[in-house]
Amino acid sequence: MAGSGTAARLLPYLQVAPLALILGVFLVVPILTLVVVSFFDYDSVRIIPDFVWTNYAEVLLSAVTWRTYAKTVWFAALVWAITLFIGFWVAYFLAFHVRSRTVQTALFLLCTIPFWTSNIIRMISWVPFLGRNGLLNQALLGLGAIDRPLEFLLFSDFAVVLAFVHLYTLFMVVPIFNTMMRIDRRLVEAAVDAGANAWQVLTNVIIPLSKPGIAIGSIFVVVLVMGDFITVRLMSGGQSASVGLMIYNQISLLQYPAAAANAVVLLAIVLLMVGAILRVVDIRREL
Amino acid sequence: MPHDVELVNVTKRYGSGAVAVKGISLRIPAATYCCLLGPSGCGKTSTLRMIAGHESVSSGSVLLAGREVTDLPPAKRGTAMMFQSYALFPHLDCLDNVAFSLKMRGVPKAERRARALHFLKLVDLERYASRLPAQLSGGQQQRVALARALITEPRVLLLDEPLSALDPFLRGRMREELKRLQRELGISFVHVTHSQEEAMALSDLVVVMEGGEIVQAASPRDVFERPATAFVARFIGGHNVLPAPAGDGTVAVRADRCRLRPPDAETYGPHLPGTVSAVEYQGPVVRVALATAAGEAVAMLPDDVFHAAPVAPGDAAVLAWSEDDMHALAPSPSDAAAATLTDPLAAA
Repeated sequence: MAGSGTAARLLPYLQVAPLALILGVFLVVPILTLVVVSFFDYDSVRIIPDFVWTNYAEVLLSAVTWRTYAKTVWFAALVWAITLFIGFWVAYFLAFHVRSRTVQTALFLLCTIPFWTSNIIRMISWVPFLGRNGLLNQALLGLGAIDRPLEFLLFSDFAVVLAFVHLYTLFMVVPIFNTMMRIDRRLVEAAVDAGANAWQVLTNVIIPLSKPGIAIGSIFVVVLVMGDFITVRLMSGGQSASVGLMIYNQISLLQYPAAAANAVVLLAIVLLMVGAILRVVDIRREL
Repeated sequence: MPHDVELVNVTKRYGSGAVAVKGISLRIPAATYCCLLGPSGCGKTSTLRMIAGHESVSSGSVLLAGREVTDLPPAKRGTAMMFQSYALFPHLDCLDNVAFSLKMRGVPKAERRARALHFLKLVDLERYASRLPAQLSGGQQQRVALARALITEPRVLLLDEPLSALDPFLRGRMREELKRLQRELGISFVHVTHSQEEAMALSDLVVVMEGGEIVQAASPRDVFERPATAFVARFIGGHNVLPAPAGDGTVAVRADRCRLRPPDAETYGPHLPGTVSAVEYQGPVVRVALATAAGEAVAMLPDDVFHAAPVAPGDAAVLAWSEDDMHALAPSPSDAAAATLTDPLAAA
């Protein structure tokens, strides 16, 4: 009897063990390692186990790092605003203006087609289009709209933001569309019955009820942009920096403890941003 | 005084070609409690939604208080609708739900909240002003929906199956409350229901619909005592629909006016022999079902009458009624349709 009692008590632990194990091995251990390494010392050839604050001092006291962080946050904010704007209207169109379910599904699948190729290919494909002698410049020159190629199109912040928007708008569309599909259509009717015009229906009913989807999409976009290094590197042609790129460069130079300290700071900032979003919007309804 | 609602030859055709409402005309006098009664798919909800302006009218006119409103948006008609399952805004508390239409009209916050509180008091919910709809019971949610509709001070309140989501006890209480509000406010209520009991209890005017048409529009008493067609007699219940003893057509006889006679008794007046198939004791009355040549017939006997001469399933008995209680029925549109269906040659 005592044996079966113990077994009954152990059973729940056994049931959560697989997930706990996976999270432990693939999430907790790496992050702890990161934190530990961020306090190590290093020189040009090796890592020296130690407990020093110099890595953090370098991150937090350097004007370059501050500028890089500011730039990354600026990218994130800009990309967030643009993807939110586009994503919201695409989702709104799909959810409220497309009546037929079949058309809705077809259009939705159409949105996902770019995802059939990798990020890198989608980014690279902008190069022949936006380049100095690219399609766009050629076309504009041919039309006589400009007399010399536009330089800002490629290898610029413009190109970086364009690529981000291209890559991540769908991450905004999907959760917002999802939330909108759950809005009871009778609520729209009730609002119209109470005298609301189309704009008032949008601001008083649809936007408030889409907030969880907006929050989830925002978390996706912000986290992806904050952690990115490859888009910034490829699309800015090395002329712009991001925190991810900075960490990548430190790793290339084998400065692992410095990279780890940077990563910990970035992680903290991203978590704060996500925390702030969750504070504003309750997303539990969607989970 | 003009009629609160007037429908002139109103038809609703859907894109697929289906006709939901077939050229109905109806007048609802001022301050009337009107129930649109019928089985699902009879066009009662489409009719209500056309009065509300949430559904376009394919042809015909809708007049409210003598004013043509056929093409006006819902909020410009002087109607307010209470939706089935209420459609309360889940992100707004009760007060803001009730104040919604005032907000849409740009009434300042303090003023609209004061007005909304007044209407919450009217439905006895001022204590719950700051609660979200999800934190209320079904009956409370319904009262909020009612307050939200009434704050627009409509000439006509439209209710789409307002009681169907409530348990039987609450349904009875809400029924009384709806009737009380209608009387006190002196406006018209148009209430869609498939429950004849609800329609009987509430209405000044019962509009029985079948297959997109109005088969009878009259006071509950008229509908019960003189059902127009076999469909109406069956739908409102409490009637036996029997072949006319004289020959042609069908007649309705109220089951509570029928009596049982022993098979060997001499019977005067109309009667129908049969075999008792079921006996149900219901307290004040006993329901006796008979299998007859014309199908099942029912006698609702006062308990003392039954116990004076009890019968049991399997007994032979004769259903008897008086000539005065018999009422001839017009053929239903659906009966006519059924006739053409069974006889394709006649249609051709």
